[in-house]
Amino acid sequence: MASKGKFHLIWPPAAVMAGLLLIWQIVTSTFNIEEWILPSPYAIGTEMQEAWPRLMEHTAATIRITLLGFGAGTAAGFVLAALLHFIPGARTALYPLLVLTQNIPLIVLGDLLVIWFGFGLMPKLILLVLVCFFPVCVSMLTGLRQADEKLVTYMRMIGASRSQLFWRLELPGSLSHLFTGLKIAASYCVISAIYAETIGSNVGLGVFIRLASNGWETSRVFAGIIMIVALSLLLFGLIAGIERLTLRWQVREEAAGQ
Amino acid sequence: MTKTVLELNGVSKIFPNGKKVKSVLSDISMHVQEGEFVSLIGPSGSGKSTLFRLIGGLEKPTAGEIRIEGGLVRGERGRVAYMPQQASLMPWLSVSRNIELALEIAGMERKQARQLALEWLERIGLAGERDAYPHTLSGGMQQRISFLRALLSPQQLMLLDEPFGALDALTRLHMQTWLLSLWEADRRSVLFVTHSIEEALLLSDRILVLSAAPATVVREIKVPFARPRSEELWKDPLFNELKLDIYSLLSPVQSPDPMK
Repeated sequence: MASKGKFHLIWPPAAVMAGLLLIWQIVTSTFNIEEWILPSPYAIGTEMQEAWPRLMEHTAATIRITLLGFGAGTAAGFVLAALLHFIPGARTALYPLLVLTQNIPLIVLGDLLVIWFGFGLMPKLILLVLVCFFPVCVSMLTGLRQADEKLVTYMRMIGASRSQLFWRLELPGSLSHLFTGLKIAASYCVISAIYAETIGSNVGLGVFIRLASNGWETSRVFAGIIMIVALSLLLFGLIAGIERLTLRWQVREEAAGQ
Repeated sequence: MTKTVLELNGVSKIFPNGKKVKSVLSDISMHVQEGEFVSLIGPSGSGKSTLFRLIGGLEKPTAGEIRIEGGLVRGERGRVAYMPQQASLMPWLSVSRNIELALEIAGMERKQARQLALEWLERIGLAGERDAYPHTLSGGMQQRISFLRALLSPQQLMLLDEPFGALDALTRLHMQTWLLSLWEADRRSVLFVTHSIEEALLLSDRILVLSAAPATVVREIKVPFARPRSEELWKDPLFNELKLDIYSLLSPVQSPDPMK
């Protein structure tokens, strides 16, 4: 049953994808569209093959900065959420400031960070931390506040301390919110890493694409885009997988509810 | 000489309610002896939950004093084992982990808690469910786990807050006799809240009848039936006499309808 169910989930999007690629190929070859305007899927494939070693080099750099920023940013978001939850009044006092950090356009922020921190790793890391902490922090805060009232009363009646209440009830109860935040952060993180690379770097997919587009090498731009998409999907899938393992009780609960 | 496990002297609780004040409990004095099963019965909204919150240390009494095993309780928590109306099991923990959690919070070591939980799950015939998640169990089964969790907690006093209130009638009857047999084998001090007169008569040594808000103890009834008890008790004419007696105390109108 399970494998049949999964197959039903996979084949419709796969068929749509394959169909689109086919139409794309047919359109580009029948109308003789120039490769620098819109390369055919076949041309992109060939380009990827040729540029593979360089593509891998740049991808590795992007993976490194993405994981660093994602790790630091989500950890910051988690700790901040816990602090705002624990310290009375802190949430109300600091919440507007949190939202404010998200209102500055990345392009402006990138320039400012370069002015302040130069062209090294630091400005890129700060940019990614600012992008990643927010969804994690906000969704965690929501989860922590939504702890089941009757479970809280039970824990307090039997004498749970504040830290026991957090580790044994509030945190496990907000894990599904945490994972939602992590998934949003993962999606934004890759895109932001690409942007961060363009503000001051000589390696990474952002640089690769920027150079390719400056040279009108459109099929190379598409090769870079494919790597970015693959990277995003991979990170997202990784988190979704960890989520499924961690929240096994919930998966079963949903299945039982159907 | 038997020890007094719980003692309330002139306990009152008043909540501020806008400009006025709302008096919920008024001058309640009562006690529970070691190994005694005492039920509180009263109309809905008569402040029984507030009384539990005071004994559990979640709130402080406005007047009077509460003592558990001689020690004054004014906001000190963790002195009681507790079984709420809703099973309140952590949905992400297996059955045995839920029991262990309660024991660990009461200060028991992890290994000992695990051993005790598994041993008792075996004893009550739920060894097969030890790794199941709570939502896969029926309501009655969840309440058994919830009761076991309170029973195994090291505190002397157990507070049972209308533990069978959310169950269907048949499950409720089974649960009553099940709890009775477990409790009679290992007598703990129990304060039990219920809306069911039969339930109170079947289980208790004493029944305290509360008035409507502000609640106070209007009658204390010693339940005369010998133990061990069983559902045979329902045939006893005295059982029905006491039932009607309590019913008339609780009834807002003068002529009680015995069919209800």
